[in-house]
Amino acid sequence: MQSRTVVAAVIFTALALVPSVATALNQSFYIDVGIRILIFAIAALSLDLILGYGGMVSFGHAAFLGIGAYAVGILAYFGVHNGLAQFVAAIVVSTLAALFIGAVSVRTTGVYFIMTTLAFGQMLYFLAVSMSKFGGDDGMNISSTSDFGGWLDLHNPIVLYYTCFCFLLGFAVFSDRLVGSRFGMVLRAIHMNEQRAVAIGVGSFRYKLTAFVISGAMCGVSGALLANQALFVSPAIMHWTRSGEILIMVILGGIGTLFGPIIGAVVYLLLESTLSRITEHWEIILGPFLIIVVLFAHRGMLGWIAERRRAPTK
Amino acid sequence: MLLVVDSLVKRFGGLVATDNVTLAVPAGQIHAIIGPNGAGKTTLLSQLAGELRSDAGTIHFDGEDITALPAHIRAARGLARSFQINSVFKDFTALENVALAIQVHEGHCFRFWGQVAKDAALQSAALGFLAQVNLEERANIIAANLAYGERRALEVAIALASRPKLLLLDEPTSGMGANESAEIVTLLAKLKRTLTILLIEHDMNAVFALADRITVLVYGRTVAAGSPEEIRANTDVRRAYLGEDEDF
Ligand SMILES: Nc1ncnc2c1ncn2[C@@H]1O[C@H](COP(=O)(O)OP(=O)(O)OP(=O)(O)O)[C@@H](O)[C@H]1O
Ligand SMILES: [Mg+2]
Repeated sequence: MQSRTVVAAVIFTALALVPSVATALNQSFYIDVGIRILIFAIAALSLDLILGYGGMVSFGHAAFLGIGAYAVGILAYFGVHNGLAQFVAAIVVSTLAALFIGAVSVRTTGVYFIMTTLAFGQMLYFLAVSMSKFGGDDGMNISSTSDFGGWLDLHNPIVLYYTCFCFLLGFAVFSDRLVGSRFGMVLRAIHMNEQRAVAIGVGSFRYKLTAFVISGAMCGVSGALLANQALFVSPAIMHWTRSGEILIMVILGGIGTLFGPIIGAVVYLLLESTLSRITEHWEIILGPFLIIVVLFAHRGMLGWIAERRRAPTK
Repeated sequence: MLLVVDSLVKRFGGLVATDNVTLAVPAGQIHAIIGPNGAGKTTLLSQLAGELRSDAGTIHFDGEDITALPAHIRAARGLARSFQINSVFKDFTALENVALAIQVHEGHCFRFWGQVAKDAALQSAALGFLAQVNLEERANIIAANLAYGERRALEVAIALASRPKLLLLDEPTSGMGANESAEIVTLLAKLKRTLTILLIEHDMNAVFALADRITVLVYGRTVAAGSPEEIRANTDVRRAYLGEDEDF
């Protein structure tokens, strides 16, 4: 538990320092990379909540990223730039979508759950492709960032960076509390031994569904943030490969560790941004790296760090 | 009668695992189910708990027909079971295992912020149940790291922690050492005053010491039912079951 806190403190301190360091080095490019990392860290964290603690391997999580981003994009298209309205819309729509997708998929387990969430993700992807009014396959530009009056100018990269940082920090604290709460204990118990959980009176469906909805809503927020960074949204954001990337971040960092997926997002996106400059087939290098992590670290990179620190006990 | 089972049937393909079983358990008694391996004891218990759907027959619990209710609702109504093969939450500590059963029984599970680990009332209640099975010193051990007999005891503690009206126990002492086993028997004798128990047990000494009534199952069918004295005296049972295996 202590090593967890230490790791979390180190991660968030490092992330908090990124804008200052980037500014000092005169490399504002790193702020943009940082924003992307924070946004995907939220997505990965939200996925880990249901994957690591509920055993739900969602292969369609990018759908919520897309819903959040399109909520901002579509409202902007109709001239609604109010930030509160846009973010509330992103949360409400992703919550409703998660409620629907979850109600169907949460009843299934294992491979069936993976396939069901994948199918829903692809359905939303093709829905976006078919919305020619909003750019169809090509996507659409967003004319301006979410408007929060004078007090939060998301157009300023540093402001956007710290906004994303605060969301990530808030969600991380909330998730950390959640897994130790009464709800979290039930969720973990269902994951560990559903038969036993049912025998003590747990109706597993509503717990799994609730977790799925919380996760979807969180991921929806990251989508709204992504729309603000890119000022562009296209169906590609919902493609199943995107869901796969979020999944890889969780696995890289450590399933069921909450802070691990944040590290996973950092490592994945840094690898992407550096290696993709060397070769466009950068996944060729990522692949073996992923295999090494999975083979040698039982619970991803965070698990590996934690095991180092506790090595003598086992 | 707390539990009334009428003409219950369970088929697995061609095999009739529960064949027209009828029994009634009054509140405050221990009703034992005995029978050779494969007799259908666990199957019957799983039907009562709601894990297995019955093919025919009815189950009334506390005056209500629960035949169609799902397992978790039956549990919430006061029917708790233990498992023949240990089924605990293996990554939780012994204490967390029991605390979970308590919080589920209390019904306040949609709380997302307060930490279970810091809930003093919950923790001390959980310790109380662990103490009943002599596990309080092992409270903070991860269940997977407990000794087999300790996990067996934890199995009983979890079932007790949901404060059931009817406790369904599937061979609670199997695989336990003689001492541990004797402790469980003492505990069950003590519990008898406050709750009703349906007990599957292979240890005949325990059965005859505890049971108010015994049902003997063979191939899913009730071959005899009665008081311990009657079962002991029953020549059919002796021939068909008790005599067939010296252990009994
Ligand atoms: N899920 C199942 N599918 C098919 N057959 C089953 C199933 N469960 C049990 N059986 C069969 O039903 C019969 C009764 O099994 P059950 O486990 O209820 O016996 P038991 O009396 O508990 O035996 P034991 O004393 O060994 O625990 C056995 O022949 C068993 O093989
Ligand atoms: Mg059995």
